[in-house]
Amino acid sequence: MSTTNPARPAEQPQTVPVRPTRSPMSRFVVPRPLRPGQGSTLLRHLFWVAVAAAVVYFVSYGIDPFRNYQLATVAAYLCVTAGLTMLTGLNGQLSLGHGALMACGAYTVALAQNEFSDRDLFGPWRLPISLALGVLVAALAGALIGVCAARLRGPYLAGVTLAVALVVPAFTTRFADLFNADQGLSVYVDSPPAGLGPYFPPERWQAWIAIGAAMVSLLVVANLVNSRFGRSFKAVRDDEVAAKLVGIHVARTQVLAFVVSAACAGLGGGVLAVISQSVSPSVFGLTLSLNLLLAIVLGGLGSLFGAAWGALLLVLLPYLTTEVTRGFDLSPRLANKLEGNLPLAIFGLTLIVVMLVAPGGIQEAFRALGRTVRRRWRRT
Amino acid sequence: MLRNARRGIVVAACLALIATNAACSDDAPSSSGGGGTAAAVPGVTDTEITLGTHMPLTGPAAAGYSKIAPASKAFFDYVNANGGVNGRKIKYLIEDDGYNPANTQTVVRKLVLEDKVFAILNGLGTPTHTGVLDFLKTQKVPDLFVASGSRSWNQPEKYPTTFGYQPDYTVEGKIIADYVKKNFPGQVVCHMGQDDDFGRDSLAGVEQVLGADGVKSKQKYVTSNTNITPQIQAFKTAGCQVVISATIPAFTALSLGTAAKIAFKPQWIPSSVGADYTTLSGLLGPGKALLEGLIAPGYLPVSTDSANPWIQLFQKVNKEYNGNAPFDGNIVFGMNVAYLTVQALLKAGKDLTRENLLAAVESGGFKNAAVGPYRYSKTDHSGIGGMQMGKVTGGVQAAFGPVVQTDDAAGQVTEYTEAAAPPPANGIPTV
Repeated sequence: MSTTNPARPAEQPQTVPVRPTRSPMSRFVVPRPLRPGQGSTLLRHLFWVAVAAAVVYFVSYGIDPFRNYQLATVAAYLCVTAGLTMLTGLNGQLSLGHGALMACGAYTVALAQNEFSDRDLFGPWRLPISLALGVLVAALAGALIGVCAARLRGPYLAGVTLAVALVVPAFTTRFADLFNADQGLSVYVDSPPAGLGPYFPPERWQAWIAIGAAMVSLLVVANLVNSRFGRSFKAVRDDEVAAKLVGIHVARTQVLAFVVSAACAGLGGGVLAVISQSVSPSVFGLTLSLNLLLAIVLGGLGSLFGAAWGALLLVLLPYLTTEVTRGFDLSPRLANKLEGNLPLAIFGLTLIVVMLVAPGGIQEAFRALGRTVRRRWRRT
Repeated sequence: MLRNARRGIVVAACLALIATNAACSDDAPSSSGGGGTAAAVPGVTDTEITLGTHMPLTGPAAAGYSKIAPASKAFFDYVNANGGVNGRKIKYLIEDDGYNPANTQTVVRKLVLEDKVFAILNGLGTPTHTGVLDFLKTQKVPDLFVASGSRSWNQPEKYPTTFGYQPDYTVEGKIIADYVKKNFPGQVVCHMGQDDDFGRDSLAGVEQVLGADGVKSKQKYVTSNTNITPQIQAFKTAGCQVVISATIPAFTALSLGTAAKIAFKPQWIPSSVGADYTTLSGLLGPGKALLEGLIAPGYLPVSTDSANPWIQLFQKVNKEYNGNAPFDGNIVFGMNVAYLTVQALLKAGKDLTRENLLAAVESGGFKNAAVGPYRYSKTDHSGIGGMQMGKVTGGVQAAFGPVVQTDDAAGQVTEYTEAAAPPPANGIPTV
């Protein structure tokens, strides 16, 4: 399935989402030689997730509260980008509506948490239950959108998901009694467990929650991608007719990809609600959806490492651009004009430069670098 | 096999390294910093006081409001050039949150945890600032003069470090309704409100004075939907003669424009939040003639009133320290906030701590460009309590009539008789 057939059936022009020659996505489907003695995929992934979690755990002790907050935000975005990169990179479905799916998770978590505290139900089980509910609601919404999406291709799919992204503010306004319109809801969040000590910074606790969630979604996505389902995803992306011929149910595969990706988005949204202790429609607007897409493309489409780079960029780029802008000493007249706009300009410029230097995304650039270094190494 | 083992060793070594690093970190406040000496106060050194704010410099609310923080900064620069506050210069860090509550969360944490500001000043917006109240409370950061008229800022028991600045929307609603009751007796009154605390609190104030059946049609809008024709049509159908509106500038302009399109001409009385003539005429462009006869309350001198000594002072500072930006109500707002802040810092004394500053604000009694009294006390954290009506005549907005004051509960609207004092000759605040 790695070789795309240049002679496509002429009567199926609408099923050509990828270029007939080597598509930018096809590099992900180059079958790796199976390494014998590698053991089960699940165990291998569990091992790496445990290592990553341990590293981040220790890192969270070494950094100050604001860095922990940033780490938590990165982890929350990572939940989403991991699912989205699987959907777009591996299954070829473009979604502009993942911000809305995050909103599903976030609002569910907010309502559940507030309901629990209104009813004086306390305990360590509250947060996991709220997050699980958030994932469930987002997955249901994802299933609904996925069913529609499975019938649509290319720009039409983008159009439907775009509508989903736009509907969030209207929805929260229409049901203002529940969602409190533009102002949004504040989210009741417990302080860190007393056992951690009186001076334990809440930001570190948030970082742990977020990292736990990110590890769960990474584990799920990584395993799915390496399973029969993952291979079906790629087969459907590359050639639906060929996929049908080998017995893959195309629509079902697409819906499954959408549901899993929506569940990840719901988890990310829920975690974001917990970190920021508030939800409001402007957080989950179209800009967020577009930024998520931007993140996975910039990071490296279809790769989980790329998703991690993307999540990192979503948090660091706005931060760094503001920091850079502060370094300039502007006259008041110029500052009045540029204040707020300069970071945006630098942000845009950075994106252009990255896309020119590394058209395959950051992860691909690192891979290329690694290849070059290895080649040089061998030559000497 | 060998490769796996090597990999394992690398991972183990990394973990050990990080673990030792982590073991060295200590969360408890260090003993050297806990002594209460001047050096231990975050954001205060012998030569500098660092303050921070979150503002919509970009995004839907940026129009007009983006000029507030630079104006405050200009006034601080003016004070700094004249010796600062007790020998300390004020550094003002402005963060753009784009009016997005998620960004506010991030930038306020950055200001407090990373930039270690002494206080958060004049954070703008109800939805944006509501989200950081708990954080600022836990961090015990003074949260001064929030740029929004929500009543949430006045909860001294729940949020002891947060203080409001402008008259809250209920006070404003009562003052407008009182004016309408006296000057438009027997006319059909309607209310247009933003669908959040702004609109709700305003309506509550209006109904407090006029009674629940005193408002014939109540309409709401959200900033994300710019089509307000249905609401305006409903007003026309209800036969409204006076429309009180709790709208931001963009929606005041939109309301006037939409009403003109369907030939509906009531007396508009927008909230001071959305009534700055310079901002509105900029938004309406050629349609600015619609603003003629617009009545709105204000709590600061009108920016075009160049006979007012406060406006003269702020115009001078604007020229010298703000690149002579187009002078409007937002600049007056920003500069007066800075003036009030300097007053509070002076009152807190040379030994500046967060506790001192909070006590200084709570002691109240500030006098500056505000037409009404500041209500700050131990039990009241709301801001200015008095307003004066203003009217656009011949393209000029000017205040008229008495300054009136009231509270956000059942209190009467009464006249405030204390005369306004001019600023000190050199324009540097005194307590």
